[in-house]
Amino acid sequence: MTLWNIVLLSSAAVLGLKLLGYLVPPSFIERPTPARVAALLTVALLAALVATQTLQHGTGIAIDARVPALGVAALLLVLRAPFIVVVTAAAAVAALLRLLGWMS
Amino acid sequence: MASSSAAPAPDSERSSAVRASLAVGLAVSAYGLSFGALAVASGLDIWQTQVLSLFMFSGGSQFAVIGVIASGGLAAGPAAIAGAALLGVRNSLYSMRMAPIVAGPPGPWGWARRLLAGHWTIDETTAVSTAQPSRRGQRIGFWVTGAVIYTGWNLTTLLGSLLGNLIGDVRMFGLDAAAAAAFLGLLWPRLSSRQPIAVAVGAAVVAAVLIPWLPAGLPVLLAALVALVVGITNWLGRRPA
Repeated sequence: MTLWNIVLLSSAAVLGLKLLGYLVPPSFIERPTPARVAALLTVALLAALVATQTLQHGTGIAIDARVPALGVAALLLVLRAPFIVVVTAAAAVAALLRLLGWMS
Repeated sequence: MASSSAAPAPDSERSSAVRASLAVGLAVSAYGLSFGALAVASGLDIWQTQVLSLFMFSGGSQFAVIGVIASGGLAAGPAAIAGAALLGVRNSLYSMRMAPIVAGPPGPWGWARRLLAGHWTIDETTAVSTAQPSRRGQRIGFWVTGAVIYTGWNLTTLLGSLLGNLIGDVRMFGLDAAAAAAFLGLLWPRLSSRQPIAVAVGAAVVAAVLIPWLPAGLPVLLAALVALVVGITNWLGRRPA
């Protein structure tokens, strides 16, 4: 599978799912279980991506500068900082810690 | 202004919808910069990065693709596609909600409007639109937010990928931590009650525990089972009255 295959297939899948909603009858959304599963699916995937993006290193786990950076991001989210500030601050914390040689 | 009707004047409807659209649109567009930079850092070229922003156009799914590719390479391709698609399922629900508002009357251009509306149906357009009190405001909110974000997100993606190419080592600039923070930022507003919080914690633990045992990308997909189990049993959820 080439990178282009991945880019095009995933784009087609996501676009197709958006268009699907304009084709199916809206009664589906009013049933509580599918609506709840879809909402929780988003939560589960994003939380899993937070975990892997913070901890994964190759095929193992590494506790490095990403962990304190994520802590700062969480703190800023509690303080209702805008998204771009949160992301930039996390990058700055990780970069600074690595520059100082405190955490790899 | 001489308005004889008790309903809000059309001009104020429009200006409040446009104001909300611009505020949300510009804020969201800004983080296309981080997407562009992270995408080239994960191995995509500028064209592939731009195709994601032009055609996929859904932040969470785009970050998922590059996140999985960055850790698992081409071998993780199927997991990257599945992850992006599963994250995109919520857009189907938004489309169902938005269809009666924005699809408009059938006609020679009806299908084109539906296609564009479908393409622009994302978290932000749905949120701005459904927050407007009138049908007209909802339509304006959807289309203006969509136009601002689509333009801004694609321009900042390009700028980010050009800048990202100048940056050699991703880790030196903390871009790996920025990706983790981006996912946390997308997750945060959804943690509104005990049920999503429990799912988030459960899914994060499942994914972290599975990292050493499975190829990159699969821990994320298996963590989605937590949502399935909790969603179907409605554990910690509100019982229907």
